[in-house]
Amino acid sequence: MTHDSDHYALDVNGERREVTDSWLGESLLDVLRDRLGLMGTKGACEQGECGSCSVLLDGVLVCSCLVMAASAVGQPVVTIEGVAPVGSPSDVQQAFVEAGAVQCGFCTPGLIMAVHDLLERSAAPTETEIREELAGNVCRCTGYGRILDAVQQVAVARRGSVS
Amino acid sequence: MPVHLPDTVDAAVAALAADSAAVVLAGGTDLMVEINEGHRRPDATVVVVNRIPELRSWRRDPAAATVTIGAAVSYRELETGPLAQLLPALAEAARTVGSPQIRNAGTLGGNLGTCSPAGDGLPVLAALDATVELASATRRRTVPVGEFMRGVKRTALEPGEMIVSITVPLVDGWQGYAKVGVRNAMVIAVASACVVLDRRRRHAAIALGSVGPTILRCPRAEQHLAATIDWSNFHVESDDLVTVGELVSGESQPISDHRSTAEYRRHAVGVLARRLVRRASSTELAA
Repeated sequence: MTHDSDHYALDVNGERREVTDSWLGESLLDVLRDRLGLMGTKGACEQGECGSCSVLLDGVLVCSCLVMAASAVGQPVVTIEGVAPVGSPSDVQQAFVEAGAVQCGFCTPGLIMAVHDLLERSAAPTETEIREELAGNVCRCTGYGRILDAVQQVAVARRGSVS
Repeated sequence: MPVHLPDTVDAAVAALAADSAAVVLAGGTDLMVEINEGHRRPDATVVVVNRIPELRSWRRDPAAATVTIGAAVSYRELETGPLAQLLPALAEAARTVGSPQIRNAGTLGGNLGTCSPAGDGLPVLAALDATVELASATRRRTVPVGEFMRGVKRTALEPGEMIVSITVPLVDGWQGYAKVGVRNAMVIAVASACVVLDRRRRHAAIALGSVGPTILRCPRAEQHLAATIDWSNFHVESDDLVTVGELVSGESQPISDHRSTAEYRRHAVGVLARRLVRRASSTELAA
């Protein structure tokens, strides 16, 4: 499969989105924000260190700043906008609100993506496991304590609803 | 500009042959940082290799006692599951790379292609005497990993060539990887070491990262270790272990830079090597 970097289509949150006039090498982060108007995904370090641009690409959690957008053709992309409709937050989003895991909010979209991914793979994570799995998402406000609380709240609630 | 998403090695090398300025993209964790920072701007063909099934898979060859890992296998896949049991040192190294997001994207072939002295997978490949399979439009060839890695970000890759796979011998014995950084997560190695104890061949291998222009082996320390270790339980008398550490430090070629000093790195690789050998004997005792 070969396509032109100037014009291609991405599958974002279940919709086909045309990308035009993109430059070769432009990151998925920049295409999402600047060309498709999806501002939920944040950009800060542009080198995969901060995790604020985390998205799911083909079901896998990655830093969208390190994905060449033109290489994502044919692979579904899920951003924070695709996690839950506006006004009805996901259980993870609700838990972040209730636990006070949000202060300035800049890291929150990336963390929500990472926590959803973590809880899909591990229903009852230990604190060490949560810390290790969220090591790629930097938060400069909270000190992480309430973020850890929020993850545990969701894990407990989901296990309760299963049994 | 054309972006190729080939599903075979043949199609990928044909695209590379058609444009001498073509750029190979695997996980993107190195290349995209260079592009984002403006150090590099692709203005020609990009060949995306991480959807090629041959590069995304691995296989075990029981007769040859080897594992062949496709170049686009991610650190995440090396870190867990059957590959981690077959190659525990590579799994340990993979677990220390970046964050989950980076390990999901970054690949073993990309680690080799970038060929940073701090590449976490590389001391393991060097200590295990891995071989690298390369392909171009005209031929495939195999080179020992020690010859593939030429220097700081310099490899034996020729124009039009790409990395297809890495073949790693399975060793009966013990293997481990350890690294020093400024913290536990998201850190580039200030110094790293891999120790492999091959019980059947009675051969010890020690490879070092971040203490030379590329990965270094330590032939003198390896010889002393192989001669003094008790091959039944990997015990080494403390005097001999001190000597191994001193030889390792002596065989390192570190520099001082923004991450650390030459003195610290020289000391650290000696400590890491001793620690790994002690870990081998304590693992053996516990078993």
